[in-house]
Amino acid sequence: MIITGIGVIFLFLGSLGIFRLPDVYNRLQAGTKCTTLGAFFTILGVGIMEPAWFLKTLLIAFFILLTNPISNHALGRASCKSKVPLCDKSVVDKTKEFKECHKPIYE
Amino acid sequence: MNEIIFLVIIGAAIFLCLLRMIKGPTAPDRAVAVDTISTITTALLVLLGFIFKRYVYLDVALVYALLTFIGSVAIARFLERGI
Repeated sequence: MIITGIGVIFLFLGSLGIFRLPDVYNRLQAGTKCTTLGAFFTILGVGIMEPAWFLKTLLIAFFILLTNPISNHALGRASCKSKVPLCDKSVVDKTKEFKECHKPIYE
Repeated sequence: MNEIIFLVIIGAAIFLCLLRMIKGPTAPDRAVAVDTISTITTALLVLLGFIFKRYVYLDVALVYALLTFIGSVAIARFLERGI
């Protein structure tokens, strides 16, 4: 019960970050980390509360742990390549050093 | 009693993501909000299966996680280079 509560609170904090932060990349950071940890803890807490379901909940939790960072990384790469600007308070942009991120896609 | 509190908190989280999806200035904002909603919904399905004592909801959550992963990657490819 406590583990599920921790997971639900992490889900809410990630969603609050999605709503409050000023930029696509900051929102990706908040959404990815908090949501992955929150979903992992919620599902694992349900598996601990019902011991007969533990194996399948472990399967779902590891599937989320593998696939959620991959899909969010793909979204961040897509928003970098479609030239979404950073917010005004951002200090450094390392992707300008790489030519591969800013070359036109169609020759 | 505790389950009702969990459901209310998850509902508030989905509502905040929905506001960002309506408001978001660019297309990747909306895509990020939809991806977060899908992950929260997977956790919500497992929690509902625990509340209603239905084992089938775990299968639904597994298939839902798989399909939303494919959908997010497809949206990212579309934003990157178009159809």
